[in-house]
Amino acid sequence: MSNFDRRSVLKAGLGGAALLAGPGIVPVRAAEWTNVPEANASIRVLRWKQFIQAEFDKFAEQTKKFSEKTGVKVKLEAESWEDIRPKAAVAANVGAGPDLIIGTLDDPHKFPEKLIDMTDIADYLGKQYGGWYPVAERYGKKGNSWIAIPQGATGGCLNYRISHVKAAGFEEFPKDTAGFLKLCQALKKNNTPAGFALGHATGDANGWCQWALWAFGGKVVNDKNEVVIDSPETIAALEYVKQLYETFIPGVLSWNDSNNNKAFLNGELSLTLNGISIWTVGKNSTDPKQQEIAKDMNHAAMPIGPVGVPTEQQNVLVYYGYKHSKYPKAVKEYIKFMMDKENYDAWEVSSNGYVSPPLPAYNENPVWTSDPKITPFRDCLKRSRDNGFAGDLGYASAAVMGDFVVVDMFAEAASGSATPKQAAARAAERAKRYYQV
Amino acid sequence: MAVMAEPVVAPARRSSLWSRAFESRHFLGAMFMVPAIAILILFLAYPLALGFWLGMTDTKIGGAGRYIGFQNFVSLSKDSVFWLSVFNTIFYTVAASAVKFAIGLYLALLLNERLPFKSMVRAIVLLPFVVPTVLSAIAFWWIYDSQFSIISWVLIKAGLITRYIDFLGDPWNARWSVVAANIWRGVPFVAITLLAGLQTISPSLYEAANLDGATNMQRFRHITLPMLSPIIAVVMTFSVLMTFTDFQLIYTITRGGPINSTHLMATLSFQRAITGGNLGEGAAISNAMIPFLVAAILLSFFGLQRSRWQQGGRD
Repeated sequence: MSNFDRRSVLKAGLGGAALLAGPGIVPVRAAEWTNVPEANASIRVLRWKQFIQAEFDKFAEQTKKFSEKTGVKVKLEAESWEDIRPKAAVAANVGAGPDLIIGTLDDPHKFPEKLIDMTDIADYLGKQYGGWYPVAERYGKKGNSWIAIPQGATGGCLNYRISHVKAAGFEEFPKDTAGFLKLCQALKKNNTPAGFALGHATGDANGWCQWALWAFGGKVVNDKNEVVIDSPETIAALEYVKQLYETFIPGVLSWNDSNNNKAFLNGELSLTLNGISIWTVGKNSTDPKQQEIAKDMNHAAMPIGPVGVPTEQQNVLVYYGYKHSKYPKAVKEYIKFMMDKENYDAWEVSSNGYVSPPLPAYNENPVWTSDPKITPFRDCLKRSRDNGFAGDLGYASAAVMGDFVVVDMFAEAASGSATPKQAAARAAERAKRYYQV
Repeated sequence: MAVMAEPVVAPARRSSLWSRAFESRHFLGAMFMVPAIAILILFLAYPLALGFWLGMTDTKIGGAGRYIGFQNFVSLSKDSVFWLSVFNTIFYTVAASAVKFAIGLYLALLLNERLPFKSMVRAIVLLPFVVPTVLSAIAFWWIYDSQFSIISWVLIKAGLITRYIDFLGDPWNARWSVVAANIWRGVPFVAITLLAGLQTISPSLYEAANLDGATNMQRFRHITLPMLSPIIAVVMTFSVLMTFTDFQLIYTITRGGPINSTHLMATLSFQRAITGGNLGEGAAISNAMIPFLVAAILLSFFGLQRSRWQQGGRD
C-alpha cells in the first residue's frame, strides 16, 4: 500500500462514502446549517504547531479556500501546545487576542463564560456525522451547552519495533498489562529497551501515566469530585509502573515530549507512547537508517489493565472562539468549513492519520486502512477517557494536569524517591488543594 | 469707569498667580517630576500592587476573583512543592552567584592585564551574554541530553565513562546542571562590569605599593579589593536578583523536573498561574519572592552606606 497518493485515497474515500451512504452506514445529511458570516469579517486563528508539515500546508490551503468562498479574511498562526495555553489564558483574561483558538484538552473549561456558545454547530456536526464520541462530548460540552468543538486528538499509540518485539518472544503485541510488563522486561533483557517520558512532558508523560492509573482502577477524583487518588488501586498502579520503570532506558525522568521521538529514530528505543509522527518522519526521511526503522515499526493500542476496559488518555484538540470576537458568525463558519467531511478527509489524508477523529463518519476515510500501521490511531477517541475522570472537567482537572500531580506521583514512586504509599498520599494532598475550591 | 476696571484686574491676578507658580523652584521641580512619577506608577507601582492584590485573591484564569486575605500563603505554607521550590531557588542563587563572582573576578583581573589580542578575548568573554537566553538554554538542553549529550559522548570516546551521564534525570545532577548553565550565561556580566571597575583604579596607587615592596596578593588585598568593593556590591546585587528570578533557563531545560527538583519559585509561579489556571496562587508565589529580593538589596545598600566606599573612606 505504499504507492497510494493523497488524491487517489481521497477519491476512493469519497466514492466509498457515497456507496456506504446508501445502506445507511454513513449518516445521510440530516442537519441544516444556516449561518451568514458578518460582512467584511476578519478573524485571527491560533492553532497548534505542526509535527507533520504536509498537515499544516493542507490546513493553510483549506483556510485560503474558506476565505475565497466566504470573503472572510483569516490570519492563521501556529504555536506549540505549551505556548497556546498561556496565550489562550491571557486572551480570556484581557478580552483581546485571537478570535479562535485550536488548543488542547480542558482549556476551554477554565474560562467557559468567555467563550462563544457552539451548541448549534456541535448539533449540526453531530447530526451530520453520526454523533460525537462520548469523550469528545465531554471535552466540548459544559452543562447543556457546547463551549468548544473537538477537532480530534493527536492520537497516542504504542510505537514499537517489530523485530525487537519478536526477538523478545512476542509474535503479537500483548493486549493486557501483565503481558506488557513481560514484554518490557524481555526487551530490557535483550538490550533493546522501552522508554516512557516521566519528566514534565505535557502530552506523553500525562498520557501514559493517566492510562496506568486508570488501568488499575485508580483515579484522581470520584464522580462527586472528591479526591480519591490515595487508594489501593493507585498503589497497585504505582507498584506496576515501578516494575516497568526498571526496564526503561536511562534518563526518562528528564524527558519532555520530543525526547522519545529522537531516541526512537536514533535506534535506541524499541517501545514508547507517541503519535504517528515518529513513523511518518522516519518514512519520509532521507536518512536510510530512519527509513529502516520506520519499516520495522508498528503501532498498538495501550494494553488493558485489571479494570477490563480501555483506559487511554488522549491529547484532544479543541476549537474555541472568544466572545470578544467581533465576528462570531465568521468563527463558526470557519469551524464548520474545516470540519465538513470533505475538507476534514482531505486534511486527514495529508496528515497521514495524525488526528484521530471525534465523529464516527470520519472513520470511513480510506487513509485509516491504507496501511495497517495507521489503523490503530483511528479509534483513539473511542478508547479514551477525559482527563477529569471520573469527575468534572474544569479548573481543578486542568490544574491537576498542568501541575503534573499524577506524573510526579509516578516519577516519585518509580524512581524510588518515595514509596508508592507516600507518593499517593502526596498526590492526594496536592490534588485536594485544587479540588477543595 | 469702575465697570471697565473689573475685567482688566481679574485676568491680571490669574496671570500673576500662574506666573508666580512657575517662578517657584518647588513647583517647577514637582512639574518636571510628573512624567517620571506617572511612568513609575503606571509601569512599576501598578503591576506590583496588582500582583499583591492578586496574591490575596482566589482569581482563576478568565474569571474575577474574590478577596481571601492570606489564604493563598497559608495554603502554600503547607505545600511541599512550594517549599522545595524555595530551597531550589536559594540553592540555585547561592551556588551560581558564588561561582559567577569567582570566575568573573578572575576573568576581570586577567583582562585588565596586558594581554595579546585583548579586544578579541574581551569579545569572546561577552559572547554568552550576547546569545539570547532561550537559544543558550536549548544548547544546554542538548548538551545535557540523556541520549545525545556531547559531554557524555566525549567521555565515553575517551574511555573515562561507560554509560551516558543522566544529567537531567537525577535530582542533584539536574540541579548542578542548571546551575552550570546559569554560570555560563552570567559570568560575562560580572566579568565585564568588574573590569570596568578595575579600570577606574588609579595606577599611581599600584606604583606607590610597588615602591613600598608590596606583593601581588598585598596589592590585591589592600588596593584592588577595597577600591572594587562598591562595584562588587552593585554587580553582585544585580547578579543575585537576576539569578533568583531566573525563568527561561529552567523552563527550557527542565520545566522544573525531574520530580520538581529544579522548580524555582518563578517557574512554579508560572506553572500554577498559567498552565494550572490559578492566578491568585501564582501571584502569591511571586509575592513570596519579594522578601528575599528586598533582603538582597538591603544587604548591598547598608553595606555601601556603612563603609563609605564611595567617598573613598574606610570603615
